Amino acid sequence: MAEQHPVGFQWVVEAQRRGAKVIHVDPRFTRTSAVADLHIPLRSGTDIAYLGGIINYILTNHREFREYVVAYTNAATIVSEEYVDAEDNGGIFSGFDERSGTYEVSSWQYEDMEVASASGQHEMGAGLGEQHGAHGGSLEHGQPPSEDPTLEHPRCVFQLLKRHYERYTPEMVAEVCGVPQELFLEHAEALCANSGRERTGAMAYAVGWTQHSVGVQYIRTAAIIQLLLGNIGRPGGGILALRGHASIQGSTDIPTLYNLLPGYIPMPHAEHYEGLDDYIDKNAAPTGYWGNMDAYMVSLLKAYWGEKATAENDFCFDYLPRISGDHSAYASVMDMLDGKVKGYFLPGQNPAVGSANSRMHRFALASLDWLVVRDFSLTESAAFWYDGPEIESGELDTPGIGTEVFFLPAAAHVEKDGSFTNTQRLLQWHDAAVEPKGDCRSELWFYYHLGRIIREKLATSDDERDRPLLDLTWEYPVQGRQSEPDAEAVLAEINGWKADGSPLGSYTEMQADGSTTGGVWIYCGVYADGVNQARRRRPGDEQSWVAPEWGWAWPANRRIIYNRASADPDGQPWSERKRYVWWDAEQEQWTGEDVPDFKASMPPDYVPPDGSQAEDALSGTEPFIMQADGKGWLFVPNGLKDGPLPTHYEPHESPVTNPLYKQQANPARQLAPHRHNPSNPSGGGGENPYPYVLTTYRLTEHHTAGGMSRTVPHLAELQPEFFCEVSPELAAERGLEHGGWATLISSRTAIEARVLVTDRIAPLRVAGNTVHQIGVPYHWGFRGLVTGDSGNELLGVVMDPNVHISEYKTATCDIRPGRRPRGPALARFIADLPRADDAPTEGGDS
Amino acid sequence: MSGAPVSGVSPALAGDGRVQTSDSYYGLPIINEPVWTWEIPVYFFTGGLAAGSALLAPLADRSGLGELAQAARRVGAAAALASPPLLIADLGRPERFHHMLRIVRPTSPMSVGSWVLAVFVPAQLGGALLAELDILPGLRRLAESVAAALAPVMGTYTAVLFANTSVPIWHEARTELPLIFAGGSAASAGAAALLVAPVDQTEPARRFALLGGLAELVGTQLMQRRLDELAEPYQEGEASTWSHRATGLTVAGSVLLGLGRGGRGSRRGLALAGAASMLAGAMCERWAVYRAGFASARDPKYTVKPQRERIERMNGSDSG
Amino acid sequence: MSAGFTAPSATSGYDDAQPRMGFFTDTSVCIGCKACEVACKEWNDIPATLFEFSGKSYDNTVGLGADVWRHVAFIEQRVPRIQEAALSGVFTEERPGEGGEGGLADFRWLMSSDVCKHCTTASCLDVCPTGALFKTEFATVVVQEDICNGCGYCIPACPYGVIDQRKDDGRAWKCTLCYDRLKGDLEPACAKACPTDSINFGPLEAMERMAAERLDTVMAAHVPGAQLYGDGPSGGMDGVGSLFLLLDQPEVYGLPPDPVAVTKHVGQLWRAAAVAGAALVGAAVASFAGVRR
Ligand SMILES: Nc1nc2c(c(=O)[nH]1)N[C@H]1C(S)=C(S)[C@@H](COP(=O)(O)OP(=O)(O)OC[C@H]3O[C@@H](n4cnc5c(=O)[nH]c(N)nc54)[C@H](O)[C@@H]3O)O[C@H]1N2
Ligand SMILES: Nc1nc2c(c(=O)[nH]1)N[C@H]1C(S)=C(S)[C@@H](COP(=O)(O)OP(=O)(O)OC[C@H]3O[C@@H](n4cnc5c(=O)[nH]c(N)nc54)[C@H](O)[C@@H]3O)O[C@H]1N2
Ligand code: SF4
Ligand code: SF4
Ligand code: SF4
Ligand code: SF4
Ligand code: SF4
Ligand SMILES: [Mo]
Repeated sequence: MAEQHPVGFQWVVEAQRRGAKVIHVDPRFTRTSAVADLHIPLRSGTDIAYLGGIINYILTNHREFREYVVAYTNAATIVSEEYVDAEDNGGIFSGFDERSGTYEVSSWQYEDMEVASASGQHEMGAGLGEQHGAHGGSLEHGQPPSEDPTLEHPRCVFQLLKRHYERYTPEMVAEVCGVPQELFLEHAEALCANSGRERTGAMAYAVGWTQHSVGVQYIRTAAIIQLLLGNIGRPGGGILALRGHASIQGSTDIPTLYNLLPGYIPMPHAEHYEGLDDYIDKNAAPTGYWGNMDAYMVSLLKAYWGEKATAENDFCFDYLPRISGDHSAYASVMDMLDGKVKGYFLPGQNPAVGSANSRMHRFALASLDWLVVRDFSLTESAAFWYDGPEIESGELDTPGIGTEVFFLPAAAHVEKDGSFTNTQRLLQWHDAAVEPKGDCRSELWFYYHLGRIIREKLATSDDERDRPLLDLTWEYPVQGRQSEPDAEAVLAEINGWKADGSPLGSYTEMQADGSTTGGVWIYCGVYADGVNQARRRRPGDEQSWVAPEWGWAWPANRRIIYNRASADPDGQPWSERKRYVWWDAEQEQWTGEDVPDFKASMPPDYVPPDGSQAEDALSGTEPFIMQADGKGWLFVPNGLKDGPLPTHYEPHESPVTNPLYKQQANPARQLAPHRHNPSNPSGGGGENPYPYVLTTYRLTEHHTAGGMSRTVPHLAELQPEFFCEVSPELAAERGLEHGGWATLISSRTAIEARVLVTDRIAPLRVAGNTVHQIGVPYHWGFRGLVTGDSGNELLGVVMDPNVHISEYKTATCDIRPGRRPRGPALARFIADLPRADDAPTEGGDS
Repeated sequence: MSGAPVSGVSPALAGDGRVQTSDSYYGLPIINEPVWTWEIPVYFFTGGLAAGSALLAPLADRSGLGELAQAARRVGAAAALASPPLLIADLGRPERFHHMLRIVRPTSPMSVGSWVLAVFVPAQLGGALLAELDILPGLRRLAESVAAALAPVMGTYTAVLFANTSVPIWHEARTELPLIFAGGSAASAGAAALLVAPVDQTEPARRFALLGGLAELVGTQLMQRRLDELAEPYQEGEASTWSHRATGLTVAGSVLLGLGRGGRGSRRGLALAGAASMLAGAMCERWAVYRAGFASARDPKYTVKPQRERIERMNGSDSG
Repeated sequence: MSAGFTAPSATSGYDDAQPRMGFFTDTSVCIGCKACEVACKEWNDIPATLFEFSGKSYDNTVGLGADVWRHVAFIEQRVPRIQEAALSGVFTEERPGEGGEGGLADFRWLMSSDVCKHCTTASCLDVCPTGALFKTEFATVVVQEDICNGCGYCIPACPYGVIDQRKDDGRAWKCTLCYDRLKGDLEPACAKACPTDSINFGPLEAMERMAAERLDTVMAAHVPGAQLYGDGPSGGMDGVGSLFLLLDQPEVYGLPPDPVAVTKHVGQLWRAAAVAGAALVGAAVASFAGVRR
């Protein structure tokens, strides 16, 4: 965190000053470890085993926060008897289909509950599974699942959890992760000691946890721990996802993702819907806040098509583009290679460096008809066709590349108005400091004027397929010499209006009858009273410690979501120290430091009458309002593609044979078989031709693919050359010289790096043998002030099945002293590299 | 970081600057090396030569050694003439040389030196010119006595300039350096005059050179004794070569001059050789001191060790 | 010992309305993000120079100089070095609750942001023949770039190796303690940019107090090698404007353990010169002894 979020890290230091204990779990000793109270080195790719060990520690020592667990999680819920746990089946859960490498989840359901439609992703059939809502499973209302509050029932979630993690002992953690037991135990104990009624503990993670073929399950494991310890919905608790690009959170909320509409509403699939009602039916959860999905969806459609959207025409539901399968970044790249994708748009992305197997990526770009790059400089992705390594190696030649590349200079964040949404869901507005130079233009300018021009060109068309474009609401005030659209006008549209044109104050005001508009239901309220709430900057010392008047947080300016859990079932704070929101009996109101997560007037003892809908169907003691059953899910009956409980699998590429299960890697992981995307053989320890664990990461001094740092002298000079981090032991083993050159090799290619020998990446004892890890920052490329090979040349593409994030964090490689072959010699070298007999046997398929 | 190896350094890696030692940051210097280039030591030589000559001339004149006086004047004038350009050439911003005369600052030998030079050079040149033209003897004598009065400063301030830095081998030799430089000044001036003037008038110049040479040799010995470990650069490395040359040449010069007494015929040859050797010795001595400064600044141990010892001593006295 | 020579730098020559300003850099919370280095270069428009992998941990700018006015040092340490460090600190007991040898963590990574010390008796200023270097009303030491003629004297004079010559430019450059920002009531760019408050800026007294308090805290936490660095009024520099909390001996960070301003000996020097000068005259006169016509 100190490395990648230095400014945010000031609060960690602040907490430390106030007595907080900071523990850093990372294969390498980083700048974060340097100031942490404890650093725990582990083998990259084994956190589920590690965190599973903590779950085991909690359960075997009865350290869970009982009242919280019983009241607020699905621990008591009883699961269908068809369910077979991975423990009893060599690491595979019931419902797995070998052929397709996917799960059919009916056997994971709660007992005697019909499998109700599950918000956006219940049908795991290829395409529809791609629809992606943020919401979990759903229940037929009025049919609460059978529960056992004593948590004794052999098939209640609590007992399943116990059995599933029984073997995740401190010994096993040491065996799998290479973490000495005393270190692990110190961590586990510290976590428990700082949880419960009086204390809370938080976990912060970023891509060290997500960039795995089991990335989503990493976070699930953390969620289980935090739910067991009662650290969700309470001050000082939580799981903090440290995000990436400055507003990457914003671009998930108002998604740049192909399978989501704004506010995590699933993108409709091509075949599957009769119309709007059918779509709502299949996707809305009848209970919980997703019960109002119709209101959110209709308001969105109204925001898109205004008065053109009427009840009669399904509010133009059919104007929406539809998805027909996996159109994620890597899937598109594979389609480019197969000539199925002709054109590509890169508005602020540099995949020729930043994407796994960047070499394959460049081949893909070379097979396009056209490519548009909007960026500050001619990045590797814009210049691959004349400056790329494949030109040097002779595998591609400029005249032979048919891709027509358009470069459009972009304006930077200081040159435009707009908002950043950070990891806390906090929107902070920023105003342009200077006008963009020359032809540089903002995204807003670009898309607005692009739309305007297309609409002008089509104005006379009576072709049906042009209606969606022509019927769009596309009037925004423009200002300045460059006729820049007014960003606040867009914010107002995102917030939405009532019929009378006055701004909405909250998403609870949204209607399904078309009387309200609203671009992003979760952002509704950011423009309440016609005021840009995100611009608020009241200093912390002039308001309560929660600082509700600094910027604006979605939803409803709520700073901690699920905050009902900060009070006990009776609505009283678990402890005075940790009071946050509570029920005031006299006032008949919820009061406290933050905006409650539900109707402020709903008493703790509220029980939903039969037939009640949406949030009204949740009782006064169900904090997790976005879940159909209002409970925190220890066990996920629905919504995940690779199992209801996190399970340790080895990374797709690992020198180690899975010590826990017969199943080596995540059976449902997503592969991308292609001659440019071979895999290294997995398992087998020393026999493995790629015996070392490779991990990639960032340096504070650079930014991602380098377009914003290798081009800036004051940053470039701080880390001028691509290097790899190796332990003195590995250096001795391979004769690597500190400061000299090394060649790193995978089945994809070979790259060269300067050698930084350091004790910060110590060898680990795993399953009885020494495992060496090699660290590689991924920022370098072939352009800019400082250049070097990219770490991504080494990586293959293999993905988490839920979100298609690729396994950037863990792979295998070999390392040798000296520089790599160049030019044609490199191409010949690659041809001879050992590969796994492709498409590994255990399941998976993209 | 638990699990980090204690004996992790393979022989292959030893001394690669990766592993931290207790007495430096990757062996990097603590103080900055001087940025002065060759002009400075050469100026130190010409300045010293001019200073010595500025003393010889009037004394010779008063002693009725007209030609010796004339020789000293010419040598001095030449040396004085060469000095300012050398100084200016070394500046990072030569066009701003006159900024030297913005202030007077006794804690800055360079400031003092600049002012002295500003008066000395005109006086020296003026005196010499009037002598050549053989006019205005009164004014000439005035000019020569001004130059002579400033000569002792001219001959020694350059030593103060070096010593008044944080370069250990210069700063710690602060009591001896002036003597060495003064010696060099006398040795070079005497030797130069001896080369130029007619034999029958050169005896004082010879003595002057001998005394100078003696001072240089004694001073150098005293300096190295005081510097002790810090003197290392004079004993090994590039500077030591120059230092040894300097001593060799000065010793040889002194011997030859000693033999070349009263020098007629072959003796005359010895005397001339001795003089040349003296001159070269004086130049080498300046160069040796100059180069030694770089070596001394470059290695942190010269900076750290004495300071550590000082701390130890103080702690000792505290507890004592 | 300065024998009648009062250092020009010692007296700023301003009426003391304005308190002396300075830094306290607490290296125990430095995360090595180099924001200070970059902020300094951005604000002061300092060119980037080196583009070379140094192999010195994460330090590639290597040291203070004409083009690096804030410099972050990176030091990787193992036992036994850490134990030696502990012995050099203000207390030497073991740190409880830590794995590794002797109760000390068996590995640590020290980071420290170095800067000009803005000395009370500033050798750089005292030897400057042009007056380009001067003491500001904040008692900080600043080069006037329009005066400096690149004589180079300040460079070997500085006991900390701070000020240096920019080769292509010829002049000497160093930290100005953001004189321009201070005049505008802004804190220095480096301090402003520091996320963890490793760099603290304010009136020197306040900094001294803060340093003392912080030392107590880290001592209580048994951080090995903790020690304050920054010459006191009685020291060789008569005090400095930049204080540090270090976790090992100064020289480990490339700092002189006990510097003395050259100015302290300038009197001694002139006296030695006077003697030598007299000797020179004496020798000259002696050379003419008995020579008469
Ligand atoms: N200075 C700077 N800041 C940035 C960025 C940048 O490029 N430069 N990028 C931004 C972006 S886009 C993002 S997404 C974030 C990413 O922020 P981070 O996730 O912090 O970035 P990384 O360095 O990629 O990964 C963090 C750590 O994960 C460790 N790691 C590797 N494998 C494992 C594992 O299996 N388990 C565990 N526990 N740790 C592992 C690595 O050693 C590394 O130290 O940073 C953002 N901030
Ligand atoms: N090996 C390895 N690979 C990784 C990762 C890893 O940890 N290891 N991390 C992954 C992660 S988390 C991420 S986010 C990706 C990032 O990978 P990319 O997003 O491909 O790389 P960036 O350099 O962030 O590309 C962003 C580009 O946008 C440009 N830009 C900045 N602002 C604007 C703007 O306002 N408008 C426009 N049009 N352009 C702009 C920048 O100049 C830059 O070139 O890398 C991924 N790749
Ligand atoms: S770059 Fe922005 S997001 Fe990243 S640490 Fe700095 S301030 Fe925070
Ligand atoms: S540290 Fe050096 S440069 Fe800075 S004021 Fe002191 S002597 Fe001058
Ligand atoms: S280099 Fe400039 S600042 Fe330094 S002493 Fe000379 S004139 Fe003064
Ligand atoms: S005070 Fe100003 S000039 Fe000095 S280091 Fe900090 S930013 Fe640079
Ligand atoms: S900005 Fe602060 S934390 Fe970052 S390197 Fe500089 S001193 Fe250390
Ligand atoms: Mo990211």
